[in-house]
Amino acid sequence: MKKYYYWIILAALIIVLILLPKPLIVSPTVSTIITVLLGLALAGVLVLTLRGHMIGRRTVFLFIGVSLTLPFFMNYRMPIKVSPEVQTLYDAIAKLPPGSKVLAAFDYDPPSAPELQPQAEAFMAFAFKHNLKVIIMGLWPQGPQQADMAVTKVLQEPEIRAKNLRYGVDYVNLGFQSGNEFVIQRMGTSFSGMFPRDIYNTDYDKIPLLNGVENFSNIDFVFNLSSGQPGTVEWVQIAVDRYGVKLGAGNTAVQAPSVYPYLSSRRLTGLAGGMTGAAEFEQATKEIGKANTYILSQSFSHMVVIAFIIIGNAALFVGYRKSKQKGA
Amino acid sequence: MKREIPLIITFVAGVAFVLQYFIPHYPFNRFENIFSDWFSIVGAFAIWLGALSLMKLCLLNISKKSSDWPISLLIIVSFLAIVIAGAIDGFHGLNNVPATSFRDPGTNFDWLYQKVYTPLSSTMFAILAFFVASASYRAFRARNTAATLLLFSAFFVMIGRVPVGDYLSGWLPERMQLSHWANWLMAFPNTAGQRAVMIGIALGTVSTSLRIILGIERSHLEG
Amino acid sequence: MDRLKALLFLTSVIILLCLPAFSQTDAPTRLVGDAKPAIESPAGPPSVEAKDTKNDDGSAIDVSWQLSPDDQRLVTKYQVLRSKSSTGPFEVAGETTKGQHTYTDNGVKVGESYFYKIAAVYEIKSTDSTSVTGKGESQVIGPIKPIAQWFNMRRLNVLIWLLVTCAAILFYIMQAKSGKELYVRKIAGIDAVDDAIGRATEMGRKVFFVPGIQDMDDVATIAAITILGRVARICATNETMLDVPVSRSLVMVTARESVREAYGKVGRPDAFKEDQVHYVTDDQFGYAAAIDGMVMRDKPAAMFYMGGFFAEALILAETGNNAGAIQIAGTNQPAQIPFFVAACDYTLIGEELFAASAYLEREPRLLGSLKGQDFAKGLFLLAIFLLLILAMFGYNWVSIMDVS
Repeated sequence: MKKYYYWIILAALIIVLILLPKPLIVSPTVSTIITVLLGLALAGVLVLTLRGHMIGRRTVFLFIGVSLTLPFFMNYRMPIKVSPEVQTLYDAIAKLPPGSKVLAAFDYDPPSAPELQPQAEAFMAFAFKHNLKVIIMGLWPQGPQQADMAVTKVLQEPEIRAKNLRYGVDYVNLGFQSGNEFVIQRMGTSFSGMFPRDIYNTDYDKIPLLNGVENFSNIDFVFNLSSGQPGTVEWVQIAVDRYGVKLGAGNTAVQAPSVYPYLSSRRLTGLAGGMTGAAEFEQATKEIGKANTYILSQSFSHMVVIAFIIIGNAALFVGYRKSKQKGA
Repeated sequence: MKREIPLIITFVAGVAFVLQYFIPHYPFNRFENIFSDWFSIVGAFAIWLGALSLMKLCLLNISKKSSDWPISLLIIVSFLAIVIAGAIDGFHGLNNVPATSFRDPGTNFDWLYQKVYTPLSSTMFAILAFFVASASYRAFRARNTAATLLLFSAFFVMIGRVPVGDYLSGWLPERMQLSHWANWLMAFPNTAGQRAVMIGIALGTVSTSLRIILGIERSHLEG
Repeated sequence: MDRLKALLFLTSVIILLCLPAFSQTDAPTRLVGDAKPAIESPAGPPSVEAKDTKNDDGSAIDVSWQLSPDDQRLVTKYQVLRSKSSTGPFEVAGETTKGQHTYTDNGVKVGESYFYKIAAVYEIKSTDSTSVTGKGESQVIGPIKPIAQWFNMRRLNVLIWLLVTCAAILFYIMQAKSGKELYVRKIAGIDAVDDAIGRATEMGRKVFFVPGIQDMDDVATIAAITILGRVARICATNETMLDVPVSRSLVMVTARESVREAYGKVGRPDAFKEDQVHYVTDDQFGYAAAIDGMVMRDKPAAMFYMGGFFAEALILAETGNNAGAIQIAGTNQPAQIPFFVAACDYTLIGEELFAASAYLEREPRLLGSLKGQDFAKGLFLLAIFLLLILAMFGYNWVSIMDVS
């Protein structure tokens, strides 16, 4: 296909998306028709491949773009089963008695927000509804800002707004501190040594929630949202191994596999991995949010990737057949 | 002495770090904090080296009108824009009572962060979705037994980790459902592989660190 | 009669209106203004114990207590009270929620004596932010003196494993120095380095070396700089253009020196240009975007990704693949290895990155350290296997592998 055709298609898509009335949710029938059309298009690509016309990467990109975008306009809801790792995480948080102090470590930045922000919002909503006291901090500079966005959003909910939660009494944001894993180590001795003031420059001693909170021994649970380093691995190696902290985590899909060893050795109490983990966590906490919408996009894109893997193998076998024929 | 001094410093610092891990008594308990503070301070000053090098390279490209000089111009403009925005907000914030930071919501710096930097970062991260698809299309081919096993693992994990997997296999007993297979693959083969790689990396790190501390490995100092 | 009925009716209404006044519960309620009724105090914890925290620097004392008999009924929290004398004054060292019976006090100084008591607290908060508390205290115990230990016994197993590994490495280094031939298996990725640079030389295109996004405190970056030295020597010999975009200023300084030395070693110091090794940005995706741009414009023939990489790994590798470069990657991040395997021609998995310098130089001491590392890995495998067998028979000695 000529190069400029792709630009034309892309421009048309953008114009259509801008001009369409919002929010635009099509009926289930139309959603099914769109899904079937997408399936037929993929089948068409498979047929073309079997006939010897190899597709380029731009075709793959086009299909991925379409499969990620279209579900936002569809009216599908798939049942989501909560996996054992997420159930363990939820059970650990649900068991905390009202008044328990939870340290929420936000160790991610905006690019990871699609996967981790829904987990953050579900956790904050659950914590506020169950009267848990939340102490927010971050080892990544943008982490506390992401936390602030989650808290601001969650405080708008009618049930939580009715509780009249107060900053400094029910939750506090200590902000970011540089030093990576050394920060965790020093928090084992003294929180105030690492965070002498909160994000609004109030002295640690003047914050009511932090009265009597010296270090990890005054914390009942640590919930870490992480997308890289420093992150869950450092929290396990220092906070759990050295200070015996109870730790649950939410990770991006890329990082989650490397954290599974800590889950199976029970150093980590539960793990919500990626968008799927976020959707499951929302299900478990009954705080249905964006992840339950995004998971449909992920489902579609996974199916498209699987289809292209099949198409790729078809191309491989076509290649084998051609070389055999040439050899013969 | 140009080679000996770095080796001596490396040896002393390395041994000190190893000792502080095992000896909690003063003064060994202070080593880690002291060294990490020093590293942060040195790293903070070293940023200037990098920034000046970047500016020098960009100005050279612009002056020579090399092929990518507009990009170099864009780098300089972006760099100055964010520095100047932060500086203006910083000075303005100092005059407020109480003083506010250049990063506070409503400042120009925050606007640039929220409306320019964040969407750009998120876009780059989002590109991964497309690249994963094209890499999968190219890589997951049943060329041999190992590649076929990889292909089937990828299939089960991808389909089992989304609700579609349960939707398609919900009628089967729980142990036969796709999500169960995906969870099993993540919990057992994946974990075993991750542990093996982690043990190998840890041992490699110990060996390399020992070579560096003892001065056996010097290529990073002398090429 | 009518009057009687009216009186009865009125009386019934009054009684009905007064009924809520008779249905007060004992549950804690919000108090309004100054109304502060007498409050019940829970019983104090029957026993308290305090001892020096083991394996620390003398800055902590472990306090434990038996739960108050009123723990479930009345207690809202426990306060750990500390003083330097048995008669006080006591200050609050920390608090725990009800149901908890241990606390580590990290606010003590080594060598000084302390006395402790535990207060079981029942607290009611009023609407004007004041609170009313009832306290039941335990007996005072002490004096307890925190002591700094000279060795952390919990890390004894790590020390043993470390000494065994170091001994193995040193033994094999001595063996190699004595002239013994040490076999190292073929590592395809490292063997391909020379071919990759040769390809770039023939095509007259650049070689890109990306040393990861970690700083010099990461061993993988040091390993990457070691390989960079070797790559720079080959590029200098072949007169191939080498470009090294880096993400950290300290890495830029070190890499520059390494490349300069490499060019000098092969007699081409004039060919070295400082701008070959240049800083881009600390930001992860800014770095990936910059390198992608350079790759798409310059179309290098060979790309090396060595060091610590994260999410940008696949972005870089796919872009390099689109540009038609031969790609060799090695990282210590297990999560990124699959992406490199999928997108690159050769991948150094795990410790192969750290073996690269020894493999390339073939120096006896370096090869000896490789063998020592493998010996230690063999011991680990043996230990895992033995512990697995023991665990199958019910002997759980996994704690000997526990680290804290």
